Amino acid sequence: MTRTNGQSRNFLKGMAFLSPWLVGFLVFMLLPIGLSLYYSVCDYSILQPPVFCGWDNYRLLLFHDDLFWQVMRNTAYYAVLVLPLGLVASLGAALLLNRKVPGQSIFRTIVFLPSLVPLVASAIVWMWIYNQKLGLLNAIIRMLCVPPNALLRLLHLPQFSPIQPPWIVDARWVIPALVLMTVWGMGNQVIIYLAGLQDVPRELYEAADLDGANSFRKLIHVTLPMISPVIFFNLVTMMIWVLQVYDAPFIISGGTGGPNHASYLMSMYLYDEGFFYLRMGYASAIAWMQLLIIVAMTAAAFWTSRRWVYYQGK
Amino acid sequence: MTYLGLLAVSAIALMPFLWMISTSLKTDEHLSDYPPQLVPVPTQWVNYKNAVMSEKAKFPLWTRNTLIIAVLAALGTTASSSIAAYGFAKIRFPGRGLLFAIMLGTMMIPFPTLMVPQFNIFEWLGSHTGIPWIGTFRPLWVPWWFGSAFNIFLLRQFFMTIPDELSEAARIDGCNEWGIFWRIVLPLARPALTVVALFTFMFVWRDFLAPRIYLQHPSQYTLTLGLQAFQAQNGFTPWNLLMAASVLVIAPLIVLFFMAQKTFIEGIATTGLKG
Repeated sequence: MTRTNGQSRNFLKGMAFLSPWLVGFLVFMLLPIGLSLYYSVCDYSILQPPVFCGWDNYRLLLFHDDLFWQVMRNTAYYAVLVLPLGLVASLGAALLLNRKVPGQSIFRTIVFLPSLVPLVASAIVWMWIYNQKLGLLNAIIRMLCVPPNALLRLLHLPQFSPIQPPWIVDARWVIPALVLMTVWGMGNQVIIYLAGLQDVPRELYEAADLDGANSFRKLIHVTLPMISPVIFFNLVTMMIWVLQVYDAPFIISGGTGGPNHASYLMSMYLYDEGFFYLRMGYASAIAWMQLLIIVAMTAAAFWTSRRWVYYQGK
Repeated sequence: MTYLGLLAVSAIALMPFLWMISTSLKTDEHLSDYPPQLVPVPTQWVNYKNAVMSEKAKFPLWTRNTLIIAVLAALGTTASSSIAAYGFAKIRFPGRGLLFAIMLGTMMIPFPTLMVPQFNIFEWLGSHTGIPWIGTFRPLWVPWWFGSAFNIFLLRQFFMTIPDELSEAARIDGCNEWGIFWRIVLPLARPALTVVALFTFMFVWRDFLAPRIYLQHPSQYTLTLGLQAFQAQNGFTPWNLLMAASVLVIAPLIVLFFMAQKTFIEGIATTGLKG
């Protein structure tokens, strides 16, 4: 009797403490999810009440909307470049920053700084760097080509002209340009890797030393397996993030997703359908596709993780 | 070797900052110099004044708007998230595990997925309560007063490290649950509270999509919206002024980061490791 009383008292107490979140969850999360599902099967343009139309939005989206598939291709292209590059680059940076050298904390701070910058601001700065004629990046490429060309001239061989990509104003280069600036801003991932690296037991390295392992083998056989949960965490958070990027492609394309829709990503399409064309029903169908893809990819990551993620003590 | 690598990585990380600052101080004629000059000669500080005072922009007003929203959001989420986190960390009750799992699951749902129905909810609130929502700051800060999954998670992780013996001792002394939360746990959790307030403040400062949905009039813009407008509005804005404006939008974030560097880094590490 007393125990049940205590339990229900605790339940009420718990609920009281959770109430701010519970209300927020119901009003700003669960209700929108439900509404979104309902809108997605309706013909709904904010001016008139929604009218049920079955699977029409999804059918249109999946089978008759070339732009949607373009958006999917762009997003997939972006993801295929940014996920491996981002994971490897931030891990590489973390491995360097984990070495005990003088000035370590200064280097760490420097590498973290880009992730503080609002994407709107970093996109504007990178637009300037990517400028085809006046930009810093193409100037650096030109300067890097001077010494090899001088050598070729000495040897009386034909010289080459440095490549000068048009970057963000060209449909082929805009996604790689976005990838580069995304990877630049990955300070959070580096910090998370660093925290993981600090938790690798020193004894394992000592044991590997005794076995005569070189640093490459230690990386492959000790470090990577031990931090695989952190790699997994970064992979999943990046995947979720990649599928919803909005700010950077919006800025560098001037809001158009151009050139030729080459930088038009899912959130931009969703925004334009919902808030520009006011096709709320169609926008909600896109939103549900976005959510389903994220859930599916996360589930896939968890499913494969059994094979490559090693949890200490399990 | 390590040093070479560290120098290369740092150079890549710093270059855009240096280039931005350098450009922000150049005269119009020197923007097209080749080879590129990192040190601007002559140094034109007046670019900053021109950017701030530009008739195309309202940077002082936009700073005020951003501050109002970011401070209200940071205050609200710190208060509400810590209350909810206490419930998850310190009170045992049936259903807690399930609710916690649901909360973690909500972190996966991207904002764009929910932005259309959320807009409609605020629209409905506006037309049924007499208090306007769309076109005001309210949709941008009020939701933060109902906890946020990420912050609750972070605080809960921290509260778990506070020994239960402390709460038990206080309970024996006649302290009720709220008293334990308020007088024992919160004072001990000051570093975590700082992290949550800081993260949220900076998140809102950087946010672009939500303000773009809810704010329509340029006098209500936040800094990111304003910066975008400054870049895109009526034709061409010179790169030096654009870089000066970007420096001004970024600088407060960098200063804040340096003021709380250690707590900040620990906060990020916590989200990755104990997740």
